Amino acid sequence: MKMTKLAAFAATAITMASPVLADLVFPSLSYRTGPYAAGGIPFADGYADYFTMVNARDGGIGGVPIKMIECETGYNTEKGVECYESTKGEGALVYQPLSTGITYQLIPKVTADGIPMHTMGYGRTSAANGKVFSNVFNYPANYWNGASNAVNHILDINDGNIEGKTIALVYHNSAYGKEPIRTLEELSKKHGFKLSLLAVDHPGQEQKSQWLQIRREKPDYVVMYGWGVMNQVAVQEAANIRFPMENFIGIWWSGGEHDVLPAGDAANGYKALTFHGVGKDYPVFADVQKYVVEPGNAAGAGDQIGTAVYNRGFYAAMLAVEAAKTAQEIHGVKDITPAMMRDGMEALVIDEAKMTALGMPNFGPSFSVSCENHGGPGLGGVAQWDAGAKEWKLISDYAPSDMEVIGELIVEDSMAFAAENNIEERCN
Amino acid sequence: MIYREAGDFKTSYAKDQQTFPIAFDRWGYFITLAFAFLVVPFIINDYWINAVVLPFLIYAIAAIGLNILTGYCGQVSLGSGGFMAVGAYAAYKLMTGFPDLNIVFVIFLSGGVTALVGMLFGLPSLRIKGFYLAVATLAAQFFLVWLFNKVPWFYNYSASGQISAPERSIFGYAVTGANALPAVSYLFCLCFVVILAWAARNLTRGANGRKWMAIRDMDIAAEIIGVNPLKTKLTAFGVSSFYIGIAGAMLFAVYLGAAEVGEAFGISKSFLILFMVIIGGLGSIFGSFAGAAFMVLMPVLLKNVMVGQLGWPTDMAAHFEFVIVGGLIVLFLIVEPHGLAQLWRLAKEKLRLWPFPH
Repeated sequence: MKMTKLAAFAATAITMASPVLADLVFPSLSYRTGPYAAGGIPFADGYADYFTMVNARDGGIGGVPIKMIECETGYNTEKGVECYESTKGEGALVYQPLSTGITYQLIPKVTADGIPMHTMGYGRTSAANGKVFSNVFNYPANYWNGASNAVNHILDINDGNIEGKTIALVYHNSAYGKEPIRTLEELSKKHGFKLSLLAVDHPGQEQKSQWLQIRREKPDYVVMYGWGVMNQVAVQEAANIRFPMENFIGIWWSGGEHDVLPAGDAANGYKALTFHGVGKDYPVFADVQKYVVEPGNAAGAGDQIGTAVYNRGFYAAMLAVEAAKTAQEIHGVKDITPAMMRDGMEALVIDEAKMTALGMPNFGPSFSVSCENHGGPGLGGVAQWDAGAKEWKLISDYAPSDMEVIGELIVEDSMAFAAENNIEERCN
Repeated sequence: MIYREAGDFKTSYAKDQQTFPIAFDRWGYFITLAFAFLVVPFIINDYWINAVVLPFLIYAIAAIGLNILTGYCGQVSLGSGGFMAVGAYAAYKLMTGFPDLNIVFVIFLSGGVTALVGMLFGLPSLRIKGFYLAVATLAAQFFLVWLFNKVPWFYNYSASGQISAPERSIFGYAVTGANALPAVSYLFCLCFVVILAWAARNLTRGANGRKWMAIRDMDIAAEIIGVNPLKTKLTAFGVSSFYIGIAGAMLFAVYLGAAEVGEAFGISKSFLILFMVIIGGLGSIFGSFAGAAFMVLMPVLLKNVMVGQLGWPTDMAAHFEFVIVGGLIVLFLIVEPHGLAQLWRLAKEKLRLWPFPH
């Protein structure tokens, strides 16, 4: 079986190498190795499978086939640079590095090279300000929305009053984990809860002391910004100290099946945020089965379909394809350039009718992107893990986050970036 | 036949003691330099500069730095990643604090700051040796990473703790930032490499280098003949950290553009540089270059062959890369424990006699 797969890959490589008329190139900066592979694999699989499906079912976007180039970064910033440099020459339309560190590095580069970058639910949050960041998009939700969504959920279960409660933030000690701190500090002032910060160092396998502290301090709620191996360790540690799982809320990156399965029944009730649908109960997955799985073209091992992070990669690819369609409409050409792709992303409108037509009804929130707002509406829902059925269940609607607080912080941070780099405001 | 020293007579001491006493070596050196400065910028593309040559040049500086400390002075250090972080954060603070300061001075000053920090962490080397010193420098590594993560002043209180290099230019050409032309960044790094390698070579040939080597070979004997261990060890730590700091500053400002201490300057970086020094050859400037080239080029080469040529899935290629590079390291250490530099030395010995070995 391995050999046939190898042969298949070799065959695709050969067909890719032969001169095809201008393809639409979507690089996938993935990581299938290292301590973050647990999250990297399903995302990369979902991203690849959507493109495979569009190629097989519709013959590409507007008739132009999609070519996806995968490059392994291992979540490492230096390999990220190498991947970016090696793929940008191929006419890459949009980058989705799935790493906040690589995002920070690529922001100036993509802006200089005129290639758009989409960091869905990660990256530099203040890139939501399109006036400053012309080529970076982070719709439909970002880290600060996530922090606010988590706090809103806690407010909901406490009838709107969390004065005097304690919320502990367990975070990956990196740019990713530190992003929500400012927002949570502002929110703690606004709502009067006490915030306690617990950093977990890369890669996150060692968390005994942090959870010992949680056991001693007994915070009412724990919010987690973790990724990769850190998530499952945290869920296991929380189970070990018998922390009530329904009071433990992870960001969307801490909400994969692989994060909760190792803890078994003890993980029952663990909550995670999400900004897209979970499970494979959508009509589009019939197409995935027919056009991707049955011909044997599923990416990776093909065992991730329908998992939370797979769906996120799938959703990211869907948004990319829709943006490319929008770009084709705006410019009236099928063979779009990265600059046109950028215009398409800026004019992207996702509504219920569009998602239903794609076989993904209510898969994500409806939103539209504009020149000023690259961040979308910041809607997020809460999913809860059912250990018995081994599946995530959405327990809330896509609810808005506290844009009053977040908007201010976004302007502040993006203006600081603009001043540092002498960027003039756009969209005026 | 071609490579020979017969007939190459020296008539003065200065000539006899020059770095490359054999004419063939000397010409090879000048031709390499001319090629690197005059030909390379015109023939190679952006991908090669950004993905291969820049990291090679920068890591070569770091490897020379560690080679001075470990190879010449015999003090094992696992703190290189931390010292590179000092260089990077010093460069960031200097660039944002003094926007008008020329980037060349920024980088040299970052090296200076790192030299001071390195000397501070070198103090325990007066009392502890070998493995114990390695552990002490390991502490430096973890402490420095922790410090840059913990104190927001170092990253100008940014929300994410990331540092990003603003654009700085020389003679109107951007060197750092996204608008820097690859050829300009390349020449900028090359100048630093040439100057620093030249300085290191001459330092190690002079009185200081001899003191370092005396301490390395037998510290008690060195002390008896009048080598001051305090001064010698601290200068080794200082010079080494100066080089490593410069490498860290350039890695951050010229190559990466943005960095985060835990990810870019973690313990794995310390090991990477130590591997470069060991594989290249301890106590050899050429070895530092060879080791850096091996550790930087090998993974990129393997990746391009396995994914680009053979069309393997990326994860399998990445895993094989680990296997092959790891296997080669073990093979090298068994077959030639003195590193690539020793291989080069042996090749030269053979070439002198070739084609008439008897």
